[in-house]
Amino acid sequence: MEILTETLIMEKPKQVRNRKPGCDKPHIEVEKLNLYIQDNHILKNISLAIPDKSITCIIGPSGCGKTTLLRTFNRLHDDNVDVRITGKLFVDCEDIYAKDAEVTHIRKKMGLLAQRPCSLPMSILDNVVYGPRLHGVRGKHKLHEIAYHQLSAVGLWDEVKDRLKTPASKLSIGQQQRLCLARGLAVEPDIILGDEATSALDPISSKTIEELFVSLKDKYTIVLVTHTLRQAKRIADYVAFMYMGELIEFGTADQVFNNPKHKLTQEYISGGFS
Amino acid sequence: MKKLEEKIFKFLMIGSTALILSLLLYILYIILKKGLPSLSWEMISQIPSGGFYLGKEGGILNAIMGSLYLIFFSVLISLCISVPVVMYLNFTLRRKSKLAAIARLTFDVLFGIPSIVYGAFGFTLMIYFGLQASLLGGIIAISLLIIPVMIRSIDEVAILIPNELVEATKSLGATNYETIKVITRQLLPGISTAVLLSIGRGIGDAATVLFTAGYTDSIPSSLMQPTASLPLAIFFQLSSPIEEVQNRAYSAALVLTIIILILSFSARYFSRRLSKNKI
Repeated sequence: MEILTETLIMEKPKQVRNRKPGCDKPHIEVEKLNLYIQDNHILKNISLAIPDKSITCIIGPSGCGKTTLLRTFNRLHDDNVDVRITGKLFVDCEDIYAKDAEVTHIRKKMGLLAQRPCSLPMSILDNVVYGPRLHGVRGKHKLHEIAYHQLSAVGLWDEVKDRLKTPASKLSIGQQQRLCLARGLAVEPDIILGDEATSALDPISSKTIEELFVSLKDKYTIVLVTHTLRQAKRIADYVAFMYMGELIEFGTADQVFNNPKHKLTQEYISGGFS
Repeated sequence: MKKLEEKIFKFLMIGSTALILSLLLYILYIILKKGLPSLSWEMISQIPSGGFYLGKEGGILNAIMGSLYLIFFSVLISLCISVPVVMYLNFTLRRKSKLAAIARLTFDVLFGIPSIVYGAFGFTLMIYFGLQASLLGGIIAISLLIIPVMIRSIDEVAILIPNELVEATKSLGATNYETIKVITRQLLPGISTAVLLSIGRGIGDAATVLFTAGYTDSIPSSLMQPTASLPLAIFFQLSSPIEEVQNRAYSAALVLTIIILILSFSARYFSRRLSKNKI
């Protein structure tokens, strides 16, 4: 293991950004997005451009459509036939709801971190390299290298390096969440989506995850849905406030928290309702 | 008052467990007592010679092999049908879909149909296709019998699979087929339990094979030949007036029980090994 680790510490190959040439829009741009579940209008006319390489937090009271919005970004509503979506959503200048859009290609561009970590029923190592393997990376050495890099990136390598072959379910829930993040990073996405990614974790684990987000924002565009305002205050660069399916306000964290333009935002931030 | 209640329920729990256990032990005792003396190497290594059913030489190898062939192929066929059905019910149809509810009800009804009906149904099918009583007929009839068992028991586990697992896999860019592979890994312990249950139901059933597989003294060498089976071997020998032959029926029962035990333990063993990675 020791020798292997030594040889693994090489320059990581430059990430290949599969971005269309001539695309100067941000990674994610939402244009007049409406979402209906049966006859309920869930997301109302949302337009939003998410700034690259920074942390954007989506906040708002329960049931305002935060999570629904986040899930539209990688088309997780596809399997639900009740959902109808109108409007456009550009990921790297490509309308992902266009007819010819290829869903696996879109999903590969983003790593999703769910509320509760969901490790795959396989070993720790296989969990991390599941994505790369899926997309055609072969060779034991190469896969090991990926596992080393991604597990180190989430600070899990030292904790698990001696038991890479043990089932992922044996890890603590905080470790599993970091493993899920590593698994998401391994497909080399540009975007990380977090759906209340720390709400099931203990305070120390959530702190670790938050710090990870902050350290990753140089390389990735991070979008987080969060229930806790304090968390948004701690780590957000930009904040989107949603209420009843509408995007009420979007701006830098500093502006939204200290100088909200909208009355509803002001009330929510000062704890008027939740 | 509360304490009394607690005591009554504790008594009921222990009582019912003891009742079931003692019944099982009693059955085992009878089989062992009557079957063990006439169980011999000859019994399990030879096919019946002339006059076997009158108490002369021979063994029940034809029935043992027949039963093993029958259950092996029917479990294989049923697996190939049940797993896709469960995947369809749980992951293609929505969980609350009407079609899925109707399908589940149908499988429950099929589950409850007596095995002789499957035998008779298989028999009419065979007449329709001009087949004689054969290994193939028996396999089809037993498959019909165990498919509902299998589907329902795999389904019980599939329902518990969290949607997050599906989403986690899909969000890594997996296609539907790749997602199903991951789900199958998670389902493996459930599948092995289902196989175990179906073996138990299929191998011990006399009524399905009575018309469809027939009975013969030789080991079948092709799918079109009739085949013997252990339940029928027990049935025919037990109805003999000769005591020695009757005792052989018990030793055949003992062999059947041992086969089921071996299969159960190995299925449990594999299930534990396979479920090591389960989330």
